[in-house]
Amino acid sequence: MAHEMKMNKKNMVVVEGSYAVAHAVKTCRPNVISAYPITPQTHIVEDLSKFMADGEIPNCEYINVESEFSALSALVGSSAVGARSYSATTSQGLELMHEVLFNVAGMRLPIVMTVTNRAVSAPINIWNDQQDSISQRDTGWIQLYAENIQEVSDMTAQAFKISEDRDIMMPSMTCMDGFILSHVYEPLILLEQDITDEFLPPFKPERTLDPKNPLTFGAFADPHFYTEFRYQQECAMQKALKKIESVADEFYDMYGRYFGGLIDEYHTEDADIIIMAMGSIIGTIKDVIDRLREKNVKVGLLKVRAFRPFPAEAIMKVIRDAKVVVVLDKNISLGMNAGALFIETKSILYNTDITVPVIGYMIGQGGRDIPMSTIERIIAEAEEVIISGIKKESQFTDLKEELI
Amino acid sequence: MKEIRIHGRGGQGSVTAAELLAVAAFADGKFSQAFPAFGVERRGAPVQAFTRINDTPIRLRSQIYEPDYVIVQDPTLLESVDVASGLKDDGVLIINSDFDPEKFKLDTKAKIMTVNATKIALDIIGMPIVNTVLLGAFAGATGEIRPESIMEAVRERFPGKVGDRNAQAIMKAYEMMEGQK
Repeated sequence: MAHEMKMNKKNMVVVEGSYAVAHAVKTCRPNVISAYPITPQTHIVEDLSKFMADGEIPNCEYINVESEFSALSALVGSSAVGARSYSATTSQGLELMHEVLFNVAGMRLPIVMTVTNRAVSAPINIWNDQQDSISQRDTGWIQLYAENIQEVSDMTAQAFKISEDRDIMMPSMTCMDGFILSHVYEPLILLEQDITDEFLPPFKPERTLDPKNPLTFGAFADPHFYTEFRYQQECAMQKALKKIESVADEFYDMYGRYFGGLIDEYHTEDADIIIMAMGSIIGTIKDVIDRLREKNVKVGLLKVRAFRPFPAEAIMKVIRDAKVVVVLDKNISLGMNAGALFIETKSILYNTDITVPVIGYMIGQGGRDIPMSTIERIIAEAEEVIISGIKKESQFTDLKEELI
Repeated sequence: MKEIRIHGRGGQGSVTAAELLAVAAFADGKFSQAFPAFGVERRGAPVQAFTRINDTPIRLRSQIYEPDYVIVQDPTLLESVDVASGLKDDGVLIINSDFDPEKFKLDTKAKIMTVNATKIALDIIGMPIVNTVLLGAFAGATGEIRPESIMEAVRERFPGKVGDRNAQAIMKAYEMMEGQK
């Protein structure tokens, strides 16, 4: 559902993206925070630590740990006893959590974690791409990607509400491009406490770890039971498709802000060329589209907000009548020569009556800047595909041949 | 949209200057965006920071390649960095230097202006920290922003005496550049 935004400039402040997230976390009234600092997530945990030291987050414990593995492990315990639990990490830190990520999802613990998307070593690189979270695709975490700091701030409250829903009970990653969004100063409306208290009531899980009523979480499921646990996780993910939409609508009704549900659209109605992408690149693409629309290029944008669960139906509806679909990926599945969003998009179209050609570009790896001219060139190549068909299905963007 | 690129060395407060400029521009009723050029920060290494100022919300996330204005905190950067790169012909390049603008032979049609921000900073703030001083010079040279908004943004970030002295230095640089226009 499309919505008109009602944002009053008078309520906006200029702050850093990391502060906006830390403030949003505080406003969601967490009970336990545990995180290990790592660039470019550091400012989030510094701001949260300061809020804690100043006594601004009541009924909350901040657990200092020696690694990301321990940070998320600590939250397994806290979430299981019914505490609203939050963490933030990136890159190597997220990869170190890999094993625990499965445990969190398997135990159906609605932890919310901000990922300040960053490239993965080696070679070491602290800059932005989305390889880190995309590599955790199959762990059972809901993954939402934000376009600007307003969206990632608002998404924090939405993620808790989606995850803690009794029909869902799955953890969420709210993904923001490292540096590009974590370190940008721009105006936003900080998450409002009064509305949030109404939007996000205290976390009251059906079952908790309690010595008086002993239960076991995630202990053992032999071959008789294991499949059914996995099946139920998948059912929850499928239910999350509707929940992500309804929570975004409810958020709009209460706060007046909307950045899409599973997806969002920009000039797609009559578009011959539809670009698909996730994260902060969305804004740049919108500016390029405005420029090209003046020259009567029929180009539109499909912003993918939820990568897991994957919004297959919503995507198919939008791209059905396009002449070419261009998918931009800030990640690579090595050995497939393609990015994950491209691979998923192609896969949902097989066995359907949709025959639109799909091409993919791996872009912005390790923080390589994405100027408007790069997007314009890609769109020009897509126009060629309409005329003479696909020449190259998936490719690296702006490759410096002279360095190879 | 107006795009500003700030060149400095790690530790000179280029990123802070870009941020304060964004805060001040928003206070002036504009939309703004500030971000660093994401280097591996080391004291003394050349760094860049960017600010965009616009009448409508800013969506563009790329770095700035064709700035309207460039601010150079340290003139020795000119030996190693092409500070005029992409600068628009009708733009302005502000250098912290006690030399006259004519001394600088740069590959640009843009107007070059100089201000001895180091002296102003030493005289008024008592430390050779020039980032806020150069924001005052920017306001005076370009008229893009009210000096009061910059002073307010600086006072908010650095309360008390430090902020007051910075504000005084900002006004001094503003007036000097206003006079040169």
